[in-house]
Amino acid sequence: MMNASTAIKAEARNLDFFYSNGMRALKGINMPLHENKITALIGPSGCGKSTFLRCFNRMHDLYPGNKYQGQIVMHPDNTNILEHGVDPIEVRMRISMVFQKPNPFPKTIYENVAYGLRVRDEKNKRTIDDKVEEALKGAALWNEVKDRLQDLAFNLSGGQQQRLCIARALATDPEIMLFDEPTSALDPIATANIEELMSELKEKLTILVVTHNMQQAARVSDYTAYMYLGELMEYGDTNQIFTRPTRKETEDYITGKFG
Amino acid sequence: MTTEMKASVLKNLDAVRAMIRRHKRNDILFAAIGLIALMLGLLTLLTLFVDLVMDGYPRFNLKFFSDFPSRRAGEAGLLSAWVGSALVMLVTFLTAVPVGVAAGLYLEEYAPKNWFSDLIEINVSNLAGVPSIIYGLLALGLFVYGFGFGQSILTAGLTLGLLILPIVIVSTREAIRGIPVAIREAAYAVGATKWQVVSDHVVKYSQGGILTGVIIGMSRAIGETAPIITIGALTFIAFLPPSPVSDIAPYLNFEWLHSSFTVLPIQMFNWLSRPDHAFHINAAAAGAIIIVLTLLMNGTAIYLRYKIRKNIKW
Repeated sequence: MMNASTAIKAEARNLDFFYSNGMRALKGINMPLHENKITALIGPSGCGKSTFLRCFNRMHDLYPGNKYQGQIVMHPDNTNILEHGVDPIEVRMRISMVFQKPNPFPKTIYENVAYGLRVRDEKNKRTIDDKVEEALKGAALWNEVKDRLQDLAFNLSGGQQQRLCIARALATDPEIMLFDEPTSALDPIATANIEELMSELKEKLTILVVTHNMQQAARVSDYTAYMYLGELMEYGDTNQIFTRPTRKETEDYITGKFG
Repeated sequence: MTTEMKASVLKNLDAVRAMIRRHKRNDILFAAIGLIALMLGLLTLLTLFVDLVMDGYPRFNLKFFSDFPSRRAGEAGLLSAWVGSALVMLVTFLTAVPVGVAAGLYLEEYAPKNWFSDLIEINVSNLAGVPSIIYGLLALGLFVYGFGFGQSILTAGLTLGLLILPIVIVSTREAIRGIPVAIREAAYAVGATKWQVVSDHVVKYSQGGILTGVIIGMSRAIGETAPIITIGALTFIAFLPPSPVSDIAPYLNFEWLHSSFTVLPIQMFNWLSRPDHAFHINAAAAGAIIIVLTLLMNGTAIYLRYKIRKNIKW
């Protein structure tokens, strides 16, 4: 499944990242995100994959002292989203995120999904209603919650909560969606649901996912990047990475000899 | 297993059991000490309260609440004192809550974290421990003479507001800190600004904790005597301040702010300082009422916190 012809949605160019304590967590990363494809980031704990993911929506800006160097360029507008003049809020309006642990707001199911629209000053109730329904359908949750949209989100199961978080991220029509180990807190059935959902979602948007689960990367992703100690060791077509890795380190990690 | 080995196992087991028994003696010992320590505090308080109730019970009737102070102990009541307390508390609430919550929110959410904000933090915590009479002196110089508010309800309310401000700020900050990072990040991740995160999430989810702090501060303020004496409320008052609400437009008036006044603990102090024993009964009754009020306020705080927290699980 080589897809050399697909467009590039975003790419990291010589990306370095420094935490406020001076630690250099990313070292000169160059990597593309192909449009309407799923790119998986794998690697041992502490290798910088979550750090890399969180550069894409400028999450690091929430904590003082963190520093980016290099670029992440988004297409087709060629905006370097790490540039000082670019407001992180603008970036987050275009790139949404699903976290490791389901983190719904202590609000109703409806309000959770509608929040992104409210932030965007959407006042029309009909529009919000439609968008909420569309997002919940897109997150394969609509049938389970359509009769209890006014229930508190905490009353849902863990897997449902995570799909609710996906619906929340989906309601605002993002161009890219980031998943930070989205299934690590879920049971196998809920995990399978989320994976299936991700494969459906890539029709509409571009996905970058961090995962600890090698099988998951092999199952859902089109491209895979192996990171180690803040460096991108190998990047390529998922089939190639898992069957014919070019580097010894990648092979050792994938086969479980290391990590 | 040989019989010899069996015997040694059993002997070991006996030793282990003896050791466990010995260790458990410490459990019992500490439980006993802890219980005594707890009772020491509780029983003293209870005795005090029962004593006040027993002394003051002849005065527990509606008339006690609807009579002005009088030269005759049997006819003296709390009317001007409780109305004064209520109005002073209103001013305290209306000033300390917005200022304290805004300050707490700013410190926690907006202020850069550096040595200066650390300095402010230490000072706010210290202010909570400053003796209340100091606040009285400050108020005397600033509100009574400096701003010319006089010995009024406004001055008393502002003074007590200042007194409980650190409590409100500290409890606001603690309530805000209880909100998980994941919830904030979730809100930022959909594109919210700082103010949207604060107003849509932080304030809402920390309401319970903030409210608790406010009520605990208020129940401290209602019993405060020293600063109120300092600003000159120790007077015999046989009239009520003008009513804050009226039946003619604009329905609200603010003359009461400038009225002189007395409050419950001052009234109690006043009665207690009289030589006639009959007045001491009044004082005991007033004391019991202040304690009940404080208990009620703290009880409300606990109930409200429980009710608000019920819908929030992290």
